[in-house]
Amino acid sequence: MVLDDPTSRPAPAGKARTDAPWRHDARPDELKHIGKPIRKVDARSKVSGLTKFADDLVLPRMLHMKLLRSTMAHAEIVHIDTRRAAALPGVKGILTGKDMPIPFGILPVSQDEHALCPDRVRFVGDPVVAIAATEEEIAWEACRLVEVEYRELRTIGGIHEAAANPEPRLHDYGVRGNIHRLENLEFGDLQDGFARAEHVREDTFFFEGNTHLPMEQHATLAHFDKDGKLCVWSSTQTPHYLHKALARVLHPLPAHHIRVIACPNGGGFGGKSDPFNHEIAAAKMSMLTGRPVKIALTREEVFWCHRGRHPVLMRSKVGVTRTGRITALDFQSYLDGGAYGSYGTASTFYTGALQTVTYAVENYHFRGARFFTNKAPCGPKRGHGTPQPRFALEVQLDKIACDLGLDPAQMRLDNLAPRDSLTANFLRIGSMGLGACIEKVVAGSGWKERRGKLGRQPNGRYRGLGLACSSYLSGAGLPIYWNGMPHSGVQLKLDRSGLVTAFCGSTDIGQGSDSVLGWIIGEVLGIDPLGIRVVTGDTDLTPVDLGSYSSRVTVMTGNAAMQAAERARDLVADGVAQKLGVPASRLVFADARVFDSEDPKRGMTWQEAVCAAEARLGTIGTVGSYAPPPAAAKFRGGGVGPSPSYSYSAAVVEVEVDAETGVYTVPKVWMAHDIGRALNAAVAMGQIEGSVYMGLGEAMMEEMAYRDRSHKGQRIFVHKIPSLLEYKSPTTLEMPAVVTYVVEDPDRNGPFGAKEVGQGPLLPMMPAVANAVFDAVGVRVDEIPVSFEKVFAALQAKQDGKEPRYGPATDASGVPEVDFGDSLKIKTPWQGGDGTAWNEPKREKKAAK
Amino acid sequence: MTEPGKVLATFSVNGEPHEVAFAPHKTLLEVLREELNLTGTKHGCELGECGACTVQVDGTPVLSCLLLAVDAVGKQVRTVEGLARGPELDELQHTFADLGAAQCGYCTPGILMAADALLRDNQRPSRDEIKQCLAGNLCRCTGYLKIFEAVELAAARRRGEDAQPSKESIHGAR
Amino acid sequence: MLRLPSFTYHRPKTAAEAVRLASEHGKAAMYVAGGTDLYPNMKRRHQTPSQVISLQDVPGLHAVEVQPDGRVAIGAMVRLATLERHPHLLRHHPAFAHAVREISTPLLRNMGTIGGNLLLDTRCTYYDQSHEWRESIDFCMKKDGAICWVAPGSPRCWAVQSSDTVPVVCALEAEVELVGTAGPRTIPAAELYRDDGIQYLTKRPEELLTRLWLPAPGAWKASYVKLRRRDTFDFPVLGVGACLWFDGDGVVRKANVRLGGAGSYAIPAVETEKLLVGNELTDEVIAAAGAAAMKPARTMDNTDLDVYWRRKVAPVYVARALAACR
Ligand SMILES: Cc1cc2nc3c(=O)[nH]c(=O)nc-3n(C[C@H](O)[C@H](O)[C@H](O)COP(=O)(O)OP(=O)(O)OC[C@H]3O[C@@H](n4cnc5c(N)ncnc54)[C@H](O)[C@@H]3O)c2cc1C
Ligand code: SF4
Ligand code: FES
Ligand code: FES
Repeated sequence: MVLDDPTSRPAPAGKARTDAPWRHDARPDELKHIGKPIRKVDARSKVSGLTKFADDLVLPRMLHMKLLRSTMAHAEIVHIDTRRAAALPGVKGILTGKDMPIPFGILPVSQDEHALCPDRVRFVGDPVVAIAATEEEIAWEACRLVEVEYRELRTIGGIHEAAANPEPRLHDYGVRGNIHRLENLEFGDLQDGFARAEHVREDTFFFEGNTHLPMEQHATLAHFDKDGKLCVWSSTQTPHYLHKALARVLHPLPAHHIRVIACPNGGGFGGKSDPFNHEIAAAKMSMLTGRPVKIALTREEVFWCHRGRHPVLMRSKVGVTRTGRITALDFQSYLDGGAYGSYGTASTFYTGALQTVTYAVENYHFRGARFFTNKAPCGPKRGHGTPQPRFALEVQLDKIACDLGLDPAQMRLDNLAPRDSLTANFLRIGSMGLGACIEKVVAGSGWKERRGKLGRQPNGRYRGLGLACSSYLSGAGLPIYWNGMPHSGVQLKLDRSGLVTAFCGSTDIGQGSDSVLGWIIGEVLGIDPLGIRVVTGDTDLTPVDLGSYSSRVTVMTGNAAMQAAERARDLVADGVAQKLGVPASRLVFADARVFDSEDPKRGMTWQEAVCAAEARLGTIGTVGSYAPPPAAAKFRGGGVGPSPSYSYSAAVVEVEVDAETGVYTVPKVWMAHDIGRALNAAVAMGQIEGSVYMGLGEAMMEEMAYRDRSHKGQRIFVHKIPSLLEYKSPTTLEMPAVVTYVVEDPDRNGPFGAKEVGQGPLLPMMPAVANAVFDAVGVRVDEIPVSFEKVFAALQAKQDGKEPRYGPATDASGVPEVDFGDSLKIKTPWQGGDGTAWNEPKREKKAAK
Repeated sequence: MTEPGKVLATFSVNGEPHEVAFAPHKTLLEVLREELNLTGTKHGCELGECGACTVQVDGTPVLSCLLLAVDAVGKQVRTVEGLARGPELDELQHTFADLGAAQCGYCTPGILMAADALLRDNQRPSRDEIKQCLAGNLCRCTGYLKIFEAVELAAARRRGEDAQPSKESIHGAR
Repeated sequence: MLRLPSFTYHRPKTAAEAVRLASEHGKAAMYVAGGTDLYPNMKRRHQTPSQVISLQDVPGLHAVEVQPDGRVAIGAMVRLATLERHPHLLRHHPAFAHAVREISTPLLRNMGTIGGNLLLDTRCTYYDQSHEWRESIDFCMKKDGAICWVAPGSPRCWAVQSSDTVPVVCALEAEVELVGTAGPRTIPAAELYRDDGIQYLTKRPEELLTRLWLPAPGAWKASYVKLRRRDTFDFPVLGVGACLWFDGDGVVRKANVRLGGAGSYAIPAVETEKLLVGNELTDEVIAAAGAAAMKPARTMDNTDLDVYWRRKVAPVYVARALAACR
């Protein structure tokens, strides 16, 4: 069931509506608050140090909890002896795996985690014992006194190892061996597509994993009170899913006795979207001890939580016409999932979903495999599963443009996916501003005059320009667990004081979602957005919003807020109309007044208007809810990819390379992003610049590197650099100058036409950097990060007369051999397909219990 | 000599004396946050690797995670809570709020304290001087650009100019 | 939150008292200056002194004094931030001032001292990790463990000399003043260091570093070139300190080239030095001298950036350091 499908929503009574449901076609001059650089509702507290993050909370008699984590990459737990720890003065509670036997996980198909490992550890950092004490130091010391006896198992260290070693299996579910997922989707007629191609390329790419690195280290405070109710404050992006996981593991504690409050997040980027071991263990510990329990993770533990970018090995075969039109794309991705499922099923699909929404792809074959390995689990990071294939595709297109002698920018412009269309894999594109984005960055950067001509500079270094594009979704079309309820709900309460309070389950992770509520409601009701009280992320008080992930909040919460506000406006209009004796349809809501459009002096203040409505109708409250329109894709696996709308970005990056060493810098970036409509100009800019920053880090330096050493039969396999110093992220000195273009191509599915901005502009950075390095010094680095060493190695290869490239083997040996089975075959829309598959291949996977 | 047991000391924080008891191995970060409940000062590593814990001691920005609290006794400690003058925000706080230079806001207190010290010594810092000054503060949200712009704008306002953010920094390039 | 282990904290009022305390407590005691090296190490349980002796109240360690003969005496407790802005040093010791400015971050330079920088612990990516992390590799020889993970067959530790000033100071033939139980002594800075990742200093533990003596300006030129991934925060993975003495015609009379970040001490690039002496600094001489630099280096896979690459590009950086002496 889909609530409030914009196509079927009836116009409210009273004034006949001429605008589209979400007012995407409103003219900027009609809008009072939307699009203006108003402060965020929480800006003053944030600059005053008054925002309370989870670790800032303290309760009387609070205990501090620490986790003892596995020192082994892969082992069975033989025995745990906590007696010495229990005897340490100050220790108040100890938990082990047997205390929380029910498994959990973010996706219903992979409930494969335990709050504490009961019998097996799967990576260095997997938690085994939880200890609470009166002081954090005591809990830490006590952990050192626990003796854990392990029986070591063979370590599975990466994609190739997992493919080659079905045993030992990390989990007893999945496809087979250490293959967690296999997907095989075929849209259209690949053979025909390649037959019609005038040029075919096959390339192999690798994208190393990297992590979110939020500045705030995760923290949780849990309090099980004397009424038998549990309250958990946590740095989480998804309070609703944490609530579900707690209810599951803490069974038989009823779900309605559990309250989750999402504190403002000190950065999330997807890294606080899973329910975590420490959150559940803290809750259980509070139930055990009867006292509030806090756990604040160390930086190293944040690396163990991870859920970041999957390492992905990719092989892409593409056939194009002479003008670069893609007649066939055959794409394979191999994901290193780490130790658990997490969002991995969705991540796997995402490595194949969005290739089709930027440029027309006539026939498309996607195969994806996800493996279990003994690393910290991967999951969703900004761009979730799509940056890796985007890197591959955009670099490959750059190579094709070279092969064909085309301008990479023009080639893309000539082959854009059309607006208001269905793609080969049945994604519904609405507004599509990629062309405008490309034009902006091409003009701004002087692309036509400067590309390929910058060459050697007076300082002896080489400059070059690279271009890349991308697209991202404005929220996933389907919820994480199947249900027919809204994805986002907003309640409004109107007070006699004139105060409007908005209740919503959404979570502000710095992106400004609290403010989005304020701006939209303020716009609809004609009142000051900063005067609205926003109550969010509290499962006791606020209606469910699924969480701050997949760039869904602005569109989904925004639309729900819009509906709630419009309903409130109708109620207030009713009260005012009656009091003033003018028809409700003539009333205008602006400047905190409600007045007659034909006689503006006739009216009342907003507060008087609310009172008039309450006098007539009783207590004033409204609700709004939103669920995305139904997807056109009906085949199995078609649930990942559909979205109410797609944002578009284009980037040109300039690099300066020291050809003697491979060291390079990025002095300047031009980034254009089609945001639909910027609800707040300055805040949108901040999201774009932040994406440029994070993309730059991924492009140049960030990686989840592992130490893999063996000595006398002992293998150590552990994250090499779990610290802010050694996991390199760009500082003020690496940040380039950025010219940002906010392109507005309003989409009818978004509030006032808005689309996402939080993730999309990150994606083109990585391929644009790689393409720019090629423009500067003529070498290809087909691997992320494009580190100095790799540029140097490619330059050396060039010097030695070898292929001027660094990357995984270009032939089929570059990827592991995996039997994907038969593909699920779907006719494309232009073949007359209806979104269903026309065959039914055998399936071998089995879900975890 | 200070034994491992607790010491009782009087601190001057944001111009007010505070009497607190704490063990000598406690850092200023711990005492500010856990004894004085001044949680505006943040922490991201406790090893000197992020700058989130920056406070001013006798006007100099330092990392409170690597400074013993006992060594701050007798000195003027200033934290983000001490930036505003009563209900009125400091210029830096205003410009950070207006430009969205605080996204999640976690790095913000540390950056404000470093930037405030810069503006006291240098009324007209160049973009490069601002970058250098903030080269010990990591921010994962903003890409720093709004932060640089906010510092420049605040500098202008502290000089008494009626400066406004550029159109480009708010609406982007045309 | 990572926290310090507990300790007794001393703030002696004289150098003699500091030395007495240190020798009384032996291995249990450590000095602290700015604490930017010691406290992170203590939080990760590399060092767990039960007695921490702060030098902040010791008089005579806090000044930069230019002597009549042109030499400069820098007190061990002088902050790096003071040195990087010191007008006399900027003018007469630009290579040294530059090396100081390349250290860590402005915030850390407001806290860290030159004494602490000269005595900085050696570093290694198997060692500069939390206690829990090191548990997962069963520790290593430098602390709590039996083997060296970098070179498991080797009887020694290969942790890396990582101070930015040490290569310059050694190249400059600066001197350091130490105060021990028997009173003060002054030695060439280069003699302070040993080629060992664990026992990287020659001084006795209770000996206090009081002063660094920089030579008077003369017919020499020095430079420092640092290689690291980011232009702030990061320790050097290579730090080239060069000091060349010239005769009247621009011929190199004497050359000191020291490689930091390439072994457990600032390694003299002897071949490079030989190729320089008696020659003018032409492009060809510089290139040849640079190419010879890495022969004595002991670059290992225990810092940031790929070890093979670090060896390959080192000659370029050595050449750049030499060119900067022109
Ligand atoms: C994130 C980060 C990045 C860094 N980057 C760099 C870098 O790029 N380059 C670099 O060189 N350093 C770097 N450092 C290390 C450090 O900050 C500096 O080396 C600093 O100069 C150390 O000085 P300190 O006074 O803080 O030393 P302390 O920590 O106080 O002392 C260091 C050691 O010297 C001993 N000691 C100190 N003073 C004396 C004395 N007078 N007599 C006898 N013993 C003494 C102490 O017992 C201790 O063992 C970095 C540190 C951090 C945390
Ligand atoms: S070089 Fe070897 S012994 Fe020394 S710190 Fe590193 S791993 Fe340990
Ligand atoms: S907490 Fe990171 S520098 Fe102090
Ligand atoms: S605003 Fe989030 S880390 Fe800077």
